[in-house]
Amino acid sequence: MALLELRDVQARYGPIRALHGVSLTVDEGEVVALLGANGAGKTTTLRSVSNMVRTNGEIVFDGRRLARRSPEFVARQGIAHVPEGRGLFPELSVWENLRMGVRGRLADSEAEQVIESFPWIERRREQHAATLSGGEQQMLALARALVSKPRLLMLDEPSLGLAPTVVRELFAIVRRLNEEEGLTVLVVEQNATIALGLATRAYVLEVGKVAVEGTSDELERHEAVRKSYLGY
Amino acid sequence: MQQVVSGLAQGSIYASLALALVLIYRATDVLNFAQGEMATFTTYVAWSLMDHGLSFWPAFAATLVVAFIGGAAVERVLIRPVEHRPEIVIVIVTIGLLIALNGLTGWIWGPEVKAFDSPFPLRTIDVGGVIISLQDLGVLAVCLVTVALLWAFFRFTTLGLVMRAVANSQDSSRLLGVRVGWMLALGWGLAAVLGAVAGMMAAPALTLDPNLMLVVLIYSFAAAVLGGIDSPIGAVVGGLVLGVVINLLGTYVDFVGGELRLPAALTVLLLVLLIRPQGLFGHRVVTRV
Amino acid sequence: MPKIGPMTVLKYVFVLALAVFIAFLPQIFDARLDAASSEFRVGQFTLVGIWFVALLGLNLLTGFNGQISLGHGAFVGVGAYVAALLSLGRPGLELYMLDPPSWMPIGDGMRPVFTIPIAALVTGVIGLLFGFPALRLGGVSLALATLAVAVSFPIIMKRFDEFTGGGGGINLNLPTTPFGWDISTRHWLYYEAWVTAGIVFLIAWLLTRGRVGRAWRSIRDGEVAAVSSGVNSALYKTLAFGVSSAFAGAAGALLAIEVAYVNPDTFPVALSILLLASAVIGGLGSLIGALFGSLLYVFLPIYSQNPPLVSWGFSNQAPAVVFGAFLIVIMLVLPGGVVGGFRRLGFLIRGLVARRPRAQTAEPLTSGTDGD
Repeated sequence: MALLELRDVQARYGPIRALHGVSLTVDEGEVVALLGANGAGKTTTLRSVSNMVRTNGEIVFDGRRLARRSPEFVARQGIAHVPEGRGLFPELSVWENLRMGVRGRLADSEAEQVIESFPWIERRREQHAATLSGGEQQMLALARALVSKPRLLMLDEPSLGLAPTVVRELFAIVRRLNEEEGLTVLVVEQNATIALGLATRAYVLEVGKVAVEGTSDELERHEAVRKSYLGY
Repeated sequence: MQQVVSGLAQGSIYASLALALVLIYRATDVLNFAQGEMATFTTYVAWSLMDHGLSFWPAFAATLVVAFIGGAAVERVLIRPVEHRPEIVIVIVTIGLLIALNGLTGWIWGPEVKAFDSPFPLRTIDVGGVIISLQDLGVLAVCLVTVALLWAFFRFTTLGLVMRAVANSQDSSRLLGVRVGWMLALGWGLAAVLGAVAGMMAAPALTLDPNLMLVVLIYSFAAAVLGGIDSPIGAVVGGLVLGVVINLLGTYVDFVGGELRLPAALTVLLLVLLIRPQGLFGHRVVTRV
Repeated sequence: MPKIGPMTVLKYVFVLALAVFIAFLPQIFDARLDAASSEFRVGQFTLVGIWFVALLGLNLLTGFNGQISLGHGAFVGVGAYVAALLSLGRPGLELYMLDPPSWMPIGDGMRPVFTIPIAALVTGVIGLLFGFPALRLGGVSLALATLAVAVSFPIIMKRFDEFTGGGGGINLNLPTTPFGWDISTRHWLYYEAWVTAGIVFLIAWLLTRGRVGRAWRSIRDGEVAAVSSGVNSALYKTLAFGVSSAFAGAAGALLAIEVAYVNPDTFPVALSILLLASAVIGGLGSLIGALFGSLLYVFLPIYSQNPPLVSWGFSNQAPAVVFGAFLIVIMLVLPGGVVGGFRRLGFLIRGLVARRPRAQTAEPLTSGTDGD
């Protein structure tokens, strides 16, 4: 049984339909990528899982239906969603942001594990989150998500606005966590190349529907995908 | 100098209520026009408790509990259903609450003025040649201690951290599993407590009638806007500054005299709104973008 | 040009029928009640007319143009004082030991009825002047600023007592029917109010139907979008303030004439707040909503203290509680006010008649397309 399953999910913003029936699965321990151009509905898919947008269709997580529950409830099921824009609290300090990953109650021991991957956080505890660089903010957002030991990590455009070296570093951390600790990841990316490098399987969304799906290898060889998203 | 202390005492009352306004504004983006009436209502509850034999400080404590519950209840029952509606709708709901509470207070307790005994002795003391009333000192102390306790709560407790996060971004908090609704109710509860403190400190001097806090509310609006509607420090500083300035103006400037104090404060409000809408310490402007 | 469909025709017929009804109301009362009761009822409905004028103004400003005003009562007060000063004139004021500054163009006294347009004009100009700085404020800021004005008004009136009569106020001469016409004073006052209301309603109607109304509504619904489609928002917003205060001034003058007494405590901040409440409950963005609002304003206090069919009376604080509760409930359930309620009823009926499923549209606070 898949950890996360979407069956024919439709979503709309007011009168505008963003998703026209998306179906996908994410199995435990996998890294699945959601690809597609701007406006294809990738972000909306993640927001549908978190119930931040009105949906029809079924969303099942670990056997439990998520429809109509609040975003808070979804998060408490063990789904950590790092949104586009990172969702940090700009007026809080780095450490306070990290603490919010477990809603404030963070023992130093719990934090240790996460700090391993992001050692600089320890040094810059009191700094205001708003003053961090883009890469650091993304790292902090990821660290915050990990502190809650989620069952599923959802990343929305993590590479957006970041320098290539930072992106590589970030994705390396995610890969390590997936390989060493079996962290399940659903990542939305416009940068298809790097996403396919990380993921085992991927879906390509177009205009609110799944256009192509398959393993990374399959997609890397797929002619249309190559031309539109991989650039060769 | 005596006027300054007096002004500070008055100002600390404005500061408390202003802080309540700012608290709610930061958390829910709503300017609660009914904050004053909520404070008046809870002050009357205190009066009733004392009328039935309780002495001041136990009544004070009990009233704070009542205020907290009441404030949280108002948020859940009245504000929650309309929080996504346009600004004008929420403003009107709080105005409706203002009207209804004002009437309810008069209905339950009658419109006659009631005496509200001060917990502080009516003596004055001589500090280095300046005569200061203990009443003023007491009010100042209570308000500032309340504000300080609240500050400590936000700064040092987990719950306080979570509430600060919610004020920063409700959506981000939701994604982390925070039950934002309860946090907002908590915020309104705390604001109501601040209002109750302000009311119980203001009542002895101003005498208790249903319109007690209406005037204080206006001063507090001016203080909150002066300090910056989204800045808690601003609310406190704004309140104290306003209290002192108004008191000095009233005493030493003939034109203002005793009667035009309120219009003077309102002129300050208008000037700030027109010239520097974000106030002394604030970043956001009062309107919702 | 709006389509002349059956609903529009129905609306015109309704308004016309209403006008006829209002015109003959005094006669109806005279015929069916004894003299004293009839006088009383006619007096009540005169007040309805007066507040209708005021609420039309508030409705234009807040309902059609989206600028929240918690200071409307102050403008009504200005109109009342202007009317009082003008109708007594300097000679009359001297009798009360009042000595207004010489720069004020107060003549030697005039017939009260002529003070109405002048009061409207003066108040309108003041409103225009207020509209300029108000451009910098929006939403809640403006609500605060207008609240400031409303709270200050009685205080300032009391303070500058050389021409306002301070707390004691000014007594006008008791009203009499002018020009030697052969109607009772009571009826004269009634028609004075309602003819003014009719004129004001007509002006409001013409404004809201035309370019001005469209500009107002587009600003209300989204100022940024309006400006980028070329609407001069500064002009129209200021105009809205001017017009709405002019109407308030006219209402104030009528009030002064009717009651023959002005005094700062007649115009407390509560008045501004209750006027807004009445406008909202009646239905913002709709001219007929102002009529419902004025009926509410005049009759709610009476009926909530002594509800019909029930033998107890409630305290005199009951009206406030009911007003407030109404306001909250309306916002929660029926933001379009009474008019909105009728509108929804209309949708419902049309839906049933057409027997097609009607899409549930969210109820806007103010009416979307045409103001009626």
